Amino acid sequence: MDNIIVIENIVKRFGDHTAVDGLSLDIGRGEIFGFLGPNGAGKTTTVRLMTTLANLDEGRIVIDGHDISKDPIKAKRCLGLIQQNVSLDKELTVYENMMHHAMFQKIPKAERRKRIEELIEYVELDRYRDYMVNSLSGGWKKRVAIVCSLLHNPKILFLDEPTVGLDIDARRKLWDLIKKMNKDGTTVFLTTHYIEEAEAICDRVGIIDNGRLIALDSPKELRNRIGRMAVEYYGEDGKTEYRYFPGRQEANDFATNLGNDYTVIVRRTNLEDCFVEITGKKVGGLR
Amino acid sequence: MMNLLREIYYVSWGDLKFLRHNAINVLIMSLVSPILYLVTFGYGLAPNMVESDLPYIAFIIPGIIALSSLNASFSSTATRFNVQRLYYRSFDNMMVSPLSNAGIVLGKTTLGVVRGLLSCTFIFILGLFLAPQLMLTPLFVFSLILSCYTFSLLGVTAALLAKSHQTMAAFSSLVILPMTFLCGTFFALENLPPLMQAILYGFPLTHSSSILRAASLGWEFPWLSLLALAGFFVAFFLVDIHLIKTRKI
Ligand SMILES: Nc1ncnc2c1ncn2[C@@H]1O[C@H](COP(=O)(O)OP(=O)(O)OP(=O)(O)O)[C@@H](O)[C@H]1O
Ligand SMILES: [Mg+2]
Repeated sequence: MDNIIVIENIVKRFGDHTAVDGLSLDIGRGEIFGFLGPNGAGKTTTVRLMTTLANLDEGRIVIDGHDISKDPIKAKRCLGLIQQNVSLDKELTVYENMMHHAMFQKIPKAERRKRIEELIEYVELDRYRDYMVNSLSGGWKKRVAIVCSLLHNPKILFLDEPTVGLDIDARRKLWDLIKKMNKDGTTVFLTTHYIEEAEAICDRVGIIDNGRLIALDSPKELRNRIGRMAVEYYGEDGKTEYRYFPGRQEANDFATNLGNDYTVIVRRTNLEDCFVEITGKKVGGLR
Repeated sequence: MMNLLREIYYVSWGDLKFLRHNAINVLIMSLVSPILYLVTFGYGLAPNMVESDLPYIAFIIPGIIALSSLNASFSSTATRFNVQRLYYRSFDNMMVSPLSNAGIVLGKTTLGVVRGLLSCTFIFILGLFLAPQLMLTPLFVFSLILSCYTFSLLGVTAALLAKSHQTMAAFSSLVILPMTFLCGTFFALENLPPLMQAILYGFPLTHSSSILRAASLGWEFPWLSLLALAGFFVAFFLVDIHLIKTRKI
């Protein structure tokens, strides 16, 4: 397969803490890749390394054939980034922020306005176009940040928790847009704590913990790995337990044997189960 | 070259829009400190001081212009860039775009240069009423622009070094404040002991005030000081390019 991103043994340290610890990973052209992991696992740091916002301590990253340390400008031409935290100039208007982005990306003058209008219409930003970014609500700020990074139709799109803070409508629109861009050839690298989103959209997922890649496969393979059926049960003490089985028969047998003291759910295994099994943690705490 | 100019324009575009949104504010700010300086030094101190056969007010106005180019250019660039980098994080958008480091560094100086030129123009116009012997020569204009660029580049340095508001403030009080008082803006350097003079020639503001003074009063032009200031310009530029590559957050 033609790999558009090649990551070889990258290391990033902050003081004596190693945030990314010898990670290697290849992303195929046209793939939608989901990067999952608990809080502080090193997802954002990895994305910042790949987009040249942070410097590598060790290792090598090649983006579309360009080593990002040797040829950063060529590498940067291919990428678009939606950051976890909104990064907009809060003392400029929505339109000005978009125009500024279009200039940074060197979109030809004649196309800038057209492209901006298209996206403004798509995410229904029209009534806010002359608002100072400062005065927008959190979700709208995020929408502006998203359209800004899509303006130049990047070859590779990095999305660091793109849907956090968005309402359902905006979230669906975003996924539709991402799927459409992917169909047109954009490679997508995304991190999210909404694992069902990753399960629905990703060709492959990688799970990172403590800066190390601990699993890498398609959602289907990961589910098969821990068992395709899940039994979720809790008794008097209210603590939920999970068990995984290769087939429904085994799962039902187990459920039957539990007797009458338990509430039991037998269902298909989902990616969240895999995540919890593999990292040993419940993701996101509250969810 | 065309490419670099275009990048500088792209990078400064947002800051110029920012300037437009805050035009009234900026105009008032640009007027306040010049007026304060002129009142304090022109009316308060000048009558008691004589600098050779020149009225002190004529001696001091070019100094105040040099000082304002430092204050306005440095602080507008440093403050806004610092906020964009550490708080808005909008600097990241620039850094993930295919822009050259030179384009980014020079683009970020524009705001400071414009603010500096604005302040200095006000002072010069006010100064003409108080000291008609001041002259507007091409060499003066060139020296002023070079000063504004140099100090604006220093503002970029400060912002790139800063890890917080606190470190920015430290830079100001350790580097900018001493320059303000010592670098021959308010007095002739010849009045100081030789060692002190030698030290002060190590600061860009000393050269900036000496070339601006000579150019506006028709004195023999200190080409060496112009060269020194140009040297600071190049040095700050190179430091900024280095920092932008290495100081990532
Ligand atoms: N600028 C920094 N300075 C020091 N430590 C940092 C810095 N950025 C990240 N870290 C540390 O690196 C580790 C990984 O952080 P990172 O932001 O990559 O996690 P994450 O996987 O994105 O987490 P989350 O799900 O909370 O977004 C954390 O322990 C964090 O404290
Ligand atoms: Mg993160």
